[in-house]
Amino acid sequence: MAMEVTQVLLNAQAVDGTVRKQAEENLKQFQDQNLPSFLFSLAGELSNDDKPVESRKLAGLILKNALDAKEQHRKLELVQRWLSLDPSVKTQIKACLLKTLSSPALDARSTASQVIAKVAGIELPHKQWPELIGLLLSNIHQLPANTRQATLETLGYICEEVSPDAVEQDHVNKILTAVVQGMNSSESNNDVRLAATRALYNALGFAQANFSNDMERDYIMRVVCEATLSPELRIRQAAFECLVAISSTYYEKLAPYIHDIFNITAKAVKEDEEPVALQAIEFWSSICDEEIDILEEYGGDFTGDSDVPCFYFVKQALPVLVPMLLETLLKQDEDQDQDEGAWNIAMAGGTCLGLVARTVGDDVVPLVMPFIEENITKPDWRQREAATYAFGSILEGPSPDKLIPLVNIALNFMLTALMNDPNNHVKDTTAWTLGRMFEFLHGSALETPIITQANIQQIINVLLQSMKDVPNVAEKACGALYFLAQGYEDAGSSSSPLTPFFQEIVQALLTVTHREDAGESRLRTAAYETLNEVVRCSTDETASMVLQLIPVIMMELHQTLEAQKLSSDEREKQNELQGLLCGCLQVIIQKLGSSEQSKYVFMQYADQMMSLFLRVFASRSATAHEEAMLAIGALAYATGADFVKYMPEFYRYLEMGLQNFEDYQVCAITVGVVGDICRALEDKILPYCDGIMTQLLKDLSSNQLHRSVKPPIFSCFGDIALAIGENFEKYLIYAMPMLQSAAELSAHISGADDDMLEYTNSLRNGILEAYSGIFQGFKGSSKTQLLMPYAPHVLQFLDSLYMEKDMDDAVSKTAIGVLGDLADTLGSNAGPLIQQSVSSKDFLSECLSSDDHLIRESAEWAKLAISRAISF
Amino acid sequence: MAPHDLRRPFKRAAISDQQRRRELSLQRQAQHRRDAQHQARCLASFLNPHSDPDPEPEPETTPEPEPEPTDSPKELDVRHASKLKGAEARKWFARQLMLPEWMIDVPDQLPQDWYVFARPAGKRCFVVSSNGTTVSRLRNGSMLHHFPSALPSGARTKDSSGSAQSYSILDCIFHESDQTYYVIDMVCWREYSLYDCTAEFRFFWLSSKLAETGACDPPSQYHRYRFSPVPVYNCDQAGLSAAYTGAVPYVKDGLLFYNKHAHYQTGNTPLALVWKDENCSQYVIDTDSKGQVPSQQQVVLELQDNGNLSTSDDPPVVFGCLDQAFIEQTESRSGNLLRFAIGDGGLNFVDGKLEKADLHYLGKSNRARAFADSYSKVG
Repeated sequence: MAMEVTQVLLNAQAVDGTVRKQAEENLKQFQDQNLPSFLFSLAGELSNDDKPVESRKLAGLILKNALDAKEQHRKLELVQRWLSLDPSVKTQIKACLLKTLSSPALDARSTASQVIAKVAGIELPHKQWPELIGLLLSNIHQLPANTRQATLETLGYICEEVSPDAVEQDHVNKILTAVVQGMNSSESNNDVRLAATRALYNALGFAQANFSNDMERDYIMRVVCEATLSPELRIRQAAFECLVAISSTYYEKLAPYIHDIFNITAKAVKEDEEPVALQAIEFWSSICDEEIDILEEYGGDFTGDSDVPCFYFVKQALPVLVPMLLETLLKQDEDQDQDEGAWNIAMAGGTCLGLVARTVGDDVVPLVMPFIEENITKPDWRQREAATYAFGSILEGPSPDKLIPLVNIALNFMLTALMNDPNNHVKDTTAWTLGRMFEFLHGSALETPIITQANIQQIINVLLQSMKDVPNVAEKACGALYFLAQGYEDAGSSSSPLTPFFQEIVQALLTVTHREDAGESRLRTAAYETLNEVVRCSTDETASMVLQLIPVIMMELHQTLEAQKLSSDEREKQNELQGLLCGCLQVIIQKLGSSEQSKYVFMQYADQMMSLFLRVFASRSATAHEEAMLAIGALAYATGADFVKYMPEFYRYLEMGLQNFEDYQVCAITVGVVGDICRALEDKILPYCDGIMTQLLKDLSSNQLHRSVKPPIFSCFGDIALAIGENFEKYLIYAMPMLQSAAELSAHISGADDDMLEYTNSLRNGILEAYSGIFQGFKGSSKTQLLMPYAPHVLQFLDSLYMEKDMDDAVSKTAIGVLGDLADTLGSNAGPLIQQSVSSKDFLSECLSSDDHLIRESAEWAKLAISRAISF
Repeated sequence: MAPHDLRRPFKRAAISDQQRRRELSLQRQAQHRRDAQHQARCLASFLNPHSDPDPEPEPETTPEPEPEPTDSPKELDVRHASKLKGAEARKWFARQLMLPEWMIDVPDQLPQDWYVFARPAGKRCFVVSSNGTTVSRLRNGSMLHHFPSALPSGARTKDSSGSAQSYSILDCIFHESDQTYYVIDMVCWREYSLYDCTAEFRFFWLSSKLAETGACDPPSQYHRYRFSPVPVYNCDQAGLSAAYTGAVPYVKDGLLFYNKHAHYQTGNTPLALVWKDENCSQYVIDTDSKGQVPSQQQVVLELQDNGNLSTSDDPPVVFGCLDQAFIEQTESRSGNLLRFAIGDGGLNFVDGKLEKADLHYLGKSNRARAFADSYSKVG
C-alpha cells in the first residue's frame, strides 16, 4: 500500500515556487485521502537507503509533525489520531523507523531517532510498544558505530519526550548503563561518545534512584568528569552541560565531588575554548542559583531538618572562585555593548560574580576591592571597565553597612568617569554601576542616604548630560535615573528632593525620545520608562507639571496615528512607540486619578485621550492594544459612571480584545478592564452584558485560549454580577454549570507540581470570586431563591477545598468569604444546609484563628452572616 | 536535546517597566474588586431585614410558610447604597446610626451594665475615612464636610501602616465652636467591623486606637479637623456626677447612656438612652426654625400604605389614621413624613397601650428629615 513519494518530496523543496506549491498540495491531498498509507509511505521513504537523503529527511519531518504539535489542543488531536490508527500499519511504520537507525546516512538516522521518540512519547504512557527499549538496548552491542550512535541519540530523545514514570526502573537502569558505557573513555568512536554524553543530559531526570545509590552515583560522576577532559571539544562541552544540569537536579548529592569539579571548572575557565569555558562558569552560576533559593527559603537560619540543606559550596570556594571570575572580566569583546546577542566569557564571569555576591553577601567585598583599586585608574580601558564592572556586580548582596562607605567614596569617581572617560565601554559600565548604587543603596529604607542635598544637583546634572552620549551609554543613564526616582517613591506626600529638578528631568527625557538614534540600544524605551517612574514617584507639588505632560504625550500619540504610507519596518516601530505612549498616559492617569483634586483637572482631557486610544486599536500590534487597553482601564476607574458615554464606541474593541485568543495577554488584560468598567458603570453596563457574557463564556469553553486567562474570567463574572445585581439572573443557567464543573476539576489537584498547584489555586480563587460577586449581587433582591439550587454544590466545593488542605491564603480568604456571602444572601433558607457543612464549623474556626488578618476578617464576616442565617 | 540557553540578563533590570505597568494594573484591579466586595458585604448587612442581630422572637403559632421574598420592592439595591443621593441616601444613612431612646425609667443594673457620658452639642454624623479622603455625613445623609484627616486612609499621604484603601467609620458629633469632631462611637476601624462588638470593646478600641493615628492632634495641612474622644464613665454615683456636672471642653447636650453589652445596633434601640434637663442641655424642647418654642408639642409621623401614622420604632407605634380624602387633599404619599401638633386631648392610653392621640396636621416635615419621631420622644 506504500506509494512512491520521492519525487513529490523533492519537489516540495524545489526553488521554483509553483513546483513547491503543487507538491505541497499533492502531499496534503494524499494525507487527506489515506492517512495510514501516507504515513507508511513516508516511513518507507525514510528507511530506504536507495533514496536521496533530502527526500528521506523531509519524509521523516512530515512524519514527526504528524505526531506532535506545539499547540496543546492540536497536539492532543494528533495523539488521538495515532492511537486510533490500524495497529498493523503502526507496526510496519515502527519497523521502518528502527531499521533506519542502522542507515549509513547520518541525517536519516538522526531524523528517525526523533520520530521514534515522538511515537514513544505517545505509546509508552499507554503501555504500548513495550519491546522498544529492549530492541534499542540490543542495538548497543552491535558493531557498526553509526547504529550505536543513532541508538544512543534515540534513547536521549526518548528520555526528553517521555516522563520518567512511563519507563520501568529496570529499563531506566539499563538505559543509564548503556549511556554511561557509551560515554566511557574506553569508547573509541567520538560520535558514539558524544551521542552518549548528550543522551545522559536528557536521562538525568530518570536517574533519581541511581543518584541515591553511592556506588552508581560515584561511577556516573567519574565518567562525566572524565568526559570533560576529552580531546574532542564537543564532548567536553556536552560533559560540562551535564555537570550544569546535575548542579541543579542533584545539588544535595554534590558534596563529595565539589572539590574535583572546582578544579575541572577552574582549568576550563582559564585554558579551554570559549564554549567550554562558558559552561564551566555556568556551573557556578547554577550553584549560586540553588544556594540563593535555599537560603531565601529558610531565611538564612538553616536548621538540620530543612528539606534541602545548604552546603555553602560558594562560600567555601570563595577564595579561589572570586579571583578566577575577576580574571574573566578582563576578556571583554570590543563591541559587546552594541551587540544585543553578545555573550562572552567576560559577561558570563561578571554575571556569575553578581550571583556570588548575592549568595555570600559581605564576604565577597574584601576579595574584590583590591582588584578594583588596582585596576580602576589604569590606562588600559579593559582594566578600568573590569574594575567598574566588578564594583557594580557586588552592589546587590552585601549589607548596606559594608557597602555605603565604599559607595560614598566611589560615587564621585564614577560621576567624573561618566563625564570624562574616553572609552564608551567604560562609560556604559559606569552608568550601569551608578544605576545599581541607586537601585540597592538609595531609598527611604536606608538609614544613611548616599544621595544628599549636597550632591543631588551634581548627580542629576551628570546623568542628564550623559543622556546626550552615545545610545548605549544614554540608555544606562536613563536606567540610573529610573532608580534614582524610585528611591524617592515613598519620600512622603508633600515634598520630594526631585521637585526642583522635575521640569528639567522631564524635558531632558522628552529630548532623548526625539533623538534620531533613539531606536538604538533600546534608548527610546528606556527614556519613556524612566519618565513613567519619575511620574509615579512625583508628589502633589509637581502635579501641575505632570498635568502639562498630558497634551504633550497626546500630541506625540496623535502624530504616530497620522503617519501614513509606512514600510512594514516603520510601522512596527510606530506601533512600538504607540505602546510606549499609551503606557505613559496610563501611568499619568493612574497618578492624577488617585487624587480628587488633580483628577478634576485632568478629566478635561478624558475625551481626547479616549478617542486616541480607540484609534490605536486600528493598528495590528498586540503590544499597542495591550497598552491602550490598560490605559482605558485606568481611565474608566478615574472617570466612574461618566465612562458610559464612551461605551457605544469602545464596546467593539472590548469585544475584539475578548476574542483575541492568539495574543492571550491582550485577552487577559481586556478581561481585567471589563472588571474596571463594571465597577465604574455599575448597572449602566447592563446593555453590554449580553455581548460580554457571550464572549466570556466562549472564551471559557475554548481549548485554544491560554489557561492563564480562565481564572480572571471567572473573577469577571463576579464583577459583572456585583454590578448588575439580580439582572445577572439570565446568565445563571450558563455561568453556574461552568463554575460548577471548573470547581469540580479544581477541587483536587492532579500531578502536584508547583506550577499546577499555583494555577489551580488561582482558578479556585477566580471561581470563588465569581460566587462571591453573584451572591452579593443578588443580595436584597426578591430573586435570591434562584440561587438556592446552587447552594449545596457551593458548600460541597468549600468542604472539599477544606479537606484537600492545599489552598493558599488567598483562596482561604475568598473561600470563607463565600460562605459568608451565601449565608448573607440566602439567609434562613440556607440555614440547615450551612449547618451540615464542615466548612461552617472546622474551616470557619480555623480561619477565625488564622495568623493572616485578612482571613480572620473574612471569617468574622462569615461567622456573623451565618449566625444571622441560622438564628431565623 | 539542546541544553538551555546560557545567556543571562546582562546589565538589565530584572523587571521591565511594561511588566511593572501590567502588575500595577492587576494590583489596582484586585484591590478595587476587594473594596467593591467588602463594601457590598458591609452595606448589605444593614439593608436586609435578616440583618437585625436581635430579632423579635416570632410567635410560634403557625407552621413556617413558604419563604417570603426577603425584600420589599422599595428596598434598595445593595451595591448602590454607597452612591446614593438625595432621599435614598438620607433614608439609608438614617438607618446606619444607632439612635438612643429617651430615658423614661432607670434601667436595672444601671451601675453595673451601663456607661454614661455628656453628649457634646452639635451635629451627629458618620465620619468615613477611606481612599485618601474623609467624608462626614449628617444623620439625614447629607454631606457635612469633605476633608483630609489623620484617620486611617483619611488623607492622600503615604500611610505605611496599612492599605491605602482600608477604611474606617466613626460615629461623631461635630461641635461648631471649636471645630472638633467628638467621637462617641467606633463602627469600623481599618476595615475591621465593630458592629458586632460590645460597647465595652468598642469604647476600649476607640480610646486605644484613635490617638495612635494622630487624629487627636491639632489641625494641619493634611488634617483639617481635630478629633477627640469624650470622657466615658461607669454609671455609678461618681461617674454620673462627673458626667452631669464635670467640666468638658464642649457645650453639653444631655447625657447618653450606653449598655456595655450591646452591639452597635442601627436605628432606635433601648440599649442606648438619652437624658436631657436644663442642667445638662440647652435643647430640652424642640424649637421651630426661628428658635421659638412652639406652644403645642409636635410630632413627626410616617404615613403608611394603609393610611396609618406611625413612629419610627420597630415595630412602629400607630398614632392615628388618615382617611383617603385627607391624603389626597394634602398630596401625601406613603412614606411621607408629616408634622402634627398634639392637641389638648393629648394621648390616651388603655391598658398601657396607646389608644388615641389628638393630632392636628401642620404640614409636611422638613425635607431634610429622614425618619419619624420615636415613641419614647413623644411619650
